[in-house]
Amino acid sequence: MRISIAMFFLFFVSLIPTVAATPNIRVDGAWAAPTPNGAQTGVAYMVIHNQGPNDDRLVGGTSPAADKIQVHEMKVTNDIMEMREVVDGLPVAAGRTAELKPGGFHMMLIGLKRQLRAGQDIVLTLRFEHAGEVLVHVPVRADSRR
Amino acid sequence: MTFQSLRTTPSAHKGSYMRLQRYILMAGVIVVAATTSSAATGLPTSHISNKPTPIPGIGGPFNLIDDNGRKVSAATLAGKPSAIFFGYTFCPEVCPTTLQDVTSWISALGSDAGKINYVFVTIDPHRDTPKVMHQYLSSFDRRIRGFSGTDEQTAKIAREYGAYYKRVPAAGGSYVMNHSDRIYLMNAQGQYVGSISYREPDASAISKLKQLLQ
Repeated sequence: MRISIAMFFLFFVSLIPTVAATPNIRVDGAWAAPTPNGAQTGVAYMVIHNQGPNDDRLVGGTSPAADKIQVHEMKVTNDIMEMREVVDGLPVAAGRTAELKPGGFHMMLIGLKRQLRAGQDIVLTLRFEHAGEVLVHVPVRADSRR
Repeated sequence: MTFQSLRTTPSAHKGSYMRLQRYILMAGVIVVAATTSSAATGLPTSHISNKPTPIPGIGGPFNLIDDNGRKVSAATLAGKPSAIFFGYTFCPEVCPTTLQDVTSWISALGSDAGKINYVFVTIDPHRDTPKVMHQYLSSFDRRIRGFSGTDEQTAKIAREYGAYYKRVPAAGGSYVMNHSDRIYLMNAQGQYVGSISYREPDASAISKLKQLLQ
């Protein structure tokens, strides 16, 4: 009996995801680009799945790796690179996915505490309007498009 | 709008003017391409030169400081073709990607690489001092030089090259920059002959750099 209770709990422990945090938000494919010497900024990308019944919004985050983390959008039109802070947050509708990737939305790390080098891992705490905080482990690696 | 404000922060009006200028340039490039191909059908191949044709209106004199603190001008680059691009070290994606791309093209060019000047001009001179530029560029091929200047000097080189840049405020008193992301290709006489786009395939970019050496 005692063993089966332990098994019962172990089963649920095994369901705790290694990357995502809250039941409604799942994050995968996270990565951050290595930064040049002395760079003050970095970027992190990821895919956010909203598995809950309500629309949500990624509004920002924190990390021990940087002073500030903001949601930014980059656009290249007519050979001009435009950047903007997504002040109202990035919407992730119920049952939908939001992709943060090169050439589009990204988490901008401002005021890096140390250089991001390939092979390292940084921790980001994403902040959602409804789901609250979601902890994400982000490996630092070169852009796979290279 | 005063002339001064036009110089330091190119306005939307100037942006549309430059887009127009760019379309005219593109039309010019198409005409040049059409002329070249019709010539190709009528001439023996030995007469065809791939030497890029200069396109007027882009490039000109400037005075800046390199990342070793030395004064530089258009004369510093003369005698060798140049690949010149604008950016800033706070740039999280486009600038490091471009610098990484240029680094890989330099390595692909092998012994020819040294026959070209590679110049990264900051459009954010308040944060990008020569010292900051020097440290940042140490992550890339050391042949890439970093030029910076005063607001006026920066506005001047951007105007000469038709490069756009604009400061955009972000939260917490910070700011990011919008800017042109193309690499300007100049011949040894400092005349504009073409450009490489952001994330242009390596083979195409390397072939354009090789054409600069003809």
